[in-house]
Amino acid sequence: MIPVLLILLPLLTGTISFFIKEENAAKGWGLLSAVLTLIVAVAGIYFYPAAQLSFDSAWLPSLGSRFTMSMDGMSKMLVLLTAISFPLIFLATYKNQYRNAGSFYALMLLTQAGLMGVFVANDALLFYFFWELALIPVYFLCSLWGGEKRIAVTFKFFIYTFIGSLMMLAGILYMYFQTADHSFAWQSFYSVQLAPEKQSLVFWLFFIAFAIKMPIFPFHTWQPDAYEQSPTATTMVLSGIMVKMGIFAVIKWLLPFFPSASEQFAQWIILLSVIGMLYASLIAIRQDDIKRLIAYSSIAHIGLMSATLFTGSRVGLEGVMIQMFNHGINVIGLWIVADAIEQQLGTRKFSELGGLAQKAPSLAILLVVMAFANIALPLTNAFIGEFLMFNGLFHYNIWITAVAGISIILAAVYTLNMVQKVFYGNTTAVTSNATDISGNIRITLVILVILVIALGVYPQPMIDLTKDTVGATMAGK
Amino acid sequence: MNAIILSALLGVVMMFSGILTKNKSVLKYIAAVGLLLLIAFNVMDTYAIFKFDIDSRGLLSFGKFGLYFNTLAFAATFIYVLLSGSDIEKAGINVAEYFALIFFVLCGLSILSGFNGMLMLFLGIEILSIPLYILTGSDKRNLKSNEAALKYFLMGSFTTGIMLMGIAFFYGATGSFTLNALPVIPTTGMINPSFLHVGGLLLLFVAMSFKVSAAPFHFWTPDVYDGAPSVFTSFMATIVKAAGFIAFIRLFQTQAVALGPTWKIILSIVIILTLLIGNITAVFQQSVKRMLAYSSIAQAGFMLFALFSSNDLAMEGILLYSVAYSLATIGIFAVLIKMNDYTFDGFNGLAKSNPVLAFTTTIFLLSLAGIPLTAGFFAKYYMLASVIKEGGSLWLVIVALFFAAVSVYYYFRVIQAMYFKDGDAGTAPISGVFKLSLVLLAALVIVLGIFPSIILNGFYF
Repeated sequence: MIPVLLILLPLLTGTISFFIKEENAAKGWGLLSAVLTLIVAVAGIYFYPAAQLSFDSAWLPSLGSRFTMSMDGMSKMLVLLTAISFPLIFLATYKNQYRNAGSFYALMLLTQAGLMGVFVANDALLFYFFWELALIPVYFLCSLWGGEKRIAVTFKFFIYTFIGSLMMLAGILYMYFQTADHSFAWQSFYSVQLAPEKQSLVFWLFFIAFAIKMPIFPFHTWQPDAYEQSPTATTMVLSGIMVKMGIFAVIKWLLPFFPSASEQFAQWIILLSVIGMLYASLIAIRQDDIKRLIAYSSIAHIGLMSATLFTGSRVGLEGVMIQMFNHGINVIGLWIVADAIEQQLGTRKFSELGGLAQKAPSLAILLVVMAFANIALPLTNAFIGEFLMFNGLFHYNIWITAVAGISIILAAVYTLNMVQKVFYGNTTAVTSNATDISGNIRITLVILVILVIALGVYPQPMIDLTKDTVGATMAGK
Repeated sequence: MNAIILSALLGVVMMFSGILTKNKSVLKYIAAVGLLLLIAFNVMDTYAIFKFDIDSRGLLSFGKFGLYFNTLAFAATFIYVLLSGSDIEKAGINVAEYFALIFFVLCGLSILSGFNGMLMLFLGIEILSIPLYILTGSDKRNLKSNEAALKYFLMGSFTTGIMLMGIAFFYGATGSFTLNALPVIPTTGMINPSFLHVGGLLLLFVAMSFKVSAAPFHFWTPDVYDGAPSVFTSFMATIVKAAGFIAFIRLFQTQAVALGPTWKIILSIVIILTLLIGNITAVFQQSVKRMLAYSSIAQAGFMLFALFSSNDLAMEGILLYSVAYSLATIGIFAVLIKMNDYTFDGFNGLAKSNPVLAFTTTIFLLSLAGIPLTAGFFAKYYMLASVIKEGGSLWLVIVALFFAAVSVYYYFRVIQAMYFKDGDAGTAPISGVFKLSLVLLAALVIVLGIFPSIILNGFYF
C-alpha cells in the first residue's frame, strides 16, 4: 500500500491545490502535503513490514499490463530523496512570490506524484505513464513561472524529452511482443533475454530516452537553458531529482535487459560521458551566472555517474547509488543559495556581486560547505561516492580515469572561483545593502549541511539501503 | 439493418419537422432524441433483441464489429449535436435540412460498416458523400464555402468515377461483386490474380485513399475543411472520416492478399507520405482551423496503420482511434467555433479570459498529440503495437513516432498561445451548459486514457 499512498497523496493534494485561491494557504497546503508524504515515506521504508512496500492490482488485463509497484533498495533511496527534497524546497522558497500560487503548488505536487510513480513502478507501461506524468507539469511550471526566454526554452526541453519518451515507447512495445506471457511486467522483460544481435536497436531506443533525461553529452543542450529559465523551485526538482530518473532507469530498465549490448556499447557511452564531463567543466569555468554554473557542474557530475554505470564494476555501482542521493542534496543546497542571492539582490552575475560574506556571514558559511561538497572534499557526502566511482572507473581503464580526474580539478576551480567572487573581495553597489538570510532558508540550509556532513562521515546507511539493488544488478554479469 | 432504415427515416422526419416548427432550437432536441433512438435500435440489432432484416443476397452482412462501430459513431454524433447543435442553427437558414443531411450521412455510414459487395460500397460512399457536398456549401453567402463545396464535389465525383472503374475491373476479373471473391487455383490453393483484378484493386485503393485524405490524394482536404462552416468541418473530419477507414479496412482485409507483397510497400509509402505532408505542413499554418485540417491528414496517417497490420489489435485500435480522435476533434472544433479569431494569435490569453475553455482545449490537444493519460495515447499505442506485433516493420514505427513528436510542436502552439501569451482572446458568449458539456467530454477523454478497455469491452460483450 505504501507506494500507492506515496503517489496518491501528492496527486490528490495537488489536484485540490488548483482550487486554492489564497497565496499563503496554497503555500501552507503544499508544505503540509510534502511533509505528510515524507512521513509516509520514512514510516513505510523503515517501520512497516516489507510486504507493505509492494502493490499489485489489475489494470488493463487485455493488454497484459498490471498496476504493479514494488520498492527495492534503489527505489527506496530515491523515494526518500524525493520525499525529503520537496519539503525542503517548499520551505526554502516559501518567501517567493507566485502568481496563482495554488496552481504552482498543484503542478509541483503533480510532479512529485509522477516522480514517485517512476521510482516504484514495476510494469513498463505504468513506468512510461509516470515518466510522462512527471514531465508535463514541469512543462507548465517552467513556461508559466519561468524567466524571460521561458517559452522557447521549455518547449525545446519538452520536445527533446518527448522524442526520447517515444523512442522508449517503441522499445517497450518491441520488448512486450518478445515476452513469453505478453506482459509488461519487469520480470517478464527480464526473462526475455534477446539474442545479442537483436539487442542493439532496442538498447538504443531505451538509452536515448534516458540519456536525454540525464542528460549526457551530446543530448544535454536543453539543460542549462531550462535550469536557468525555470523558477528556482522547479529547477531544484529538475536537477535534484528528475535527472536521477535517467540514471535510475538505466540501472533498472536497461542494464538487466540488454547485458551484451550494454557491454558492446559501453566504451562509446563512457567516452561520451567523459567528454561531457570535461566539456561541461570547461564551460562552467567561463560562466558569469550562478545558475548556469550549477547547471554545467551538474552535467559534469551526471557524466561521471553514467560513465561508471557502464564499467560494470560493483564498487562503482555502489558509488553511483550513494552519489544519486548526495548529488540531489548538494545541488538543491546550491540552488537554495543561488535563489537566496537572486531573491534579495535581483542578480545572479558574479561580476555584479562581491563581498557578501561581510553582509551575510551565515549564508557564506553554509555555501562554503555546499561548495566543498560540490568538489567532493573528504568528510563531505560527495567524497565517498566519487571515490567509489573513480575506483570503478580505474579498474575499467586508467586513461579514462585520468581524463575524468581532470574534471575534479576543474570543479574545484570553478566552484571556488564562484565562492570567491560572490562572497569575498569588496562589496559592490548591489551587495552593499545586503542582509543575511531569513529563517526559512537558514533552517533548510542547516538541515542540508547536517545531511552533507553526516553522510560524509558515515555513508553506511546509504550503502546498506541500496545493497540489494547492487547485488541484483551485478548478479546478471 | 436497423440503423440503415432508421437513419434514413429520421432524415425524412427531420426535413418535415422543419416545415412543422418554426422554432429552430427545437430541431436539435429532435435530432438528439433521434440519435438516441438510433443508438438504441442499433444496440438491439447487435444483441439480436429486435432485428429488422431483409435478404440482401449477400450484399450486406452485419458483423459485431460493424454494428459496434455504428454505436460508437452514433454516440459521437450525439455528443457532437449536444456540443455544437446551437452552432448548426447559426450555420445557415435551412436548419432542419442540415440535421436531415447529417442523418443521411449516418445512413451511408451504416452501409459502409456492413457492406459485403462492391455495389453496396459504392452506394454507401455516395450516400455519405453527397450530403457532405451540400453541408460544405451551406454557408451560401460565403465565397470560400461555395468554392470549397464546388471543389469537393468536382474532386469527389472524379474519384467516384475512379471507384466505379475499379469495381468494373474487379467484376470483370472475378465475375462477382462480393468482397471475398478471390481467384484461387483449386488444385494448389494459391491465389492467382489477373492483371485486371490487380488494376481494379489499385483503382479502388486510390479512390478510398481520396476519401480518407491519405497523401498524395489529400489535396482537397485543407481547402474543403477550411472553407466549410467550422461546425460541419468538425463532423466531416471525425465521424465521416472514421467511416471511410472502416470501409477501407473492410475492403482490403480480404482483398489485400491479391496484391501480394507489393501491398505493404505501396501502403508504407502512402503512410509515410501522409505523415510527412500532414505533419510538416501543419507546422507552418497560421490558422488553427487550417492546422487542424492538416493534422487530420496526419492523424489519418496513423489510422492507416490499422490497414497495414490488419490483425486483431488493429481492429480494436481503429475503434479506439476513431473514438479518441473524434472526441478530441469535436471538442476542439466546438471551442474554435466560439472564437472570434481563428489564428493562433486569436487564442492568446484564453486561459485568463476563459480558464474552462482553455483547460478543456488543452486536454483535447494533449489527446491529439498522444500524451499518456489521455485517450489519444492508447489510440496511438494500439496502432503501433499492432504493427510491431506483425514484426519486421519497427522502422516504420520509429518514423511514425518521429512525426508524433513533430505533431507536438503544432498542437502545443495553441497551448502556448492560451496559457503563456498575453492577449484578449475574444469569444462568442458561452453558456454554462456548454462549459459543463466540454468538461464532461474532457473527463471522458481522460477516463478513456486510463481505462481504454471501456471502449474495447463493448466490442467483445
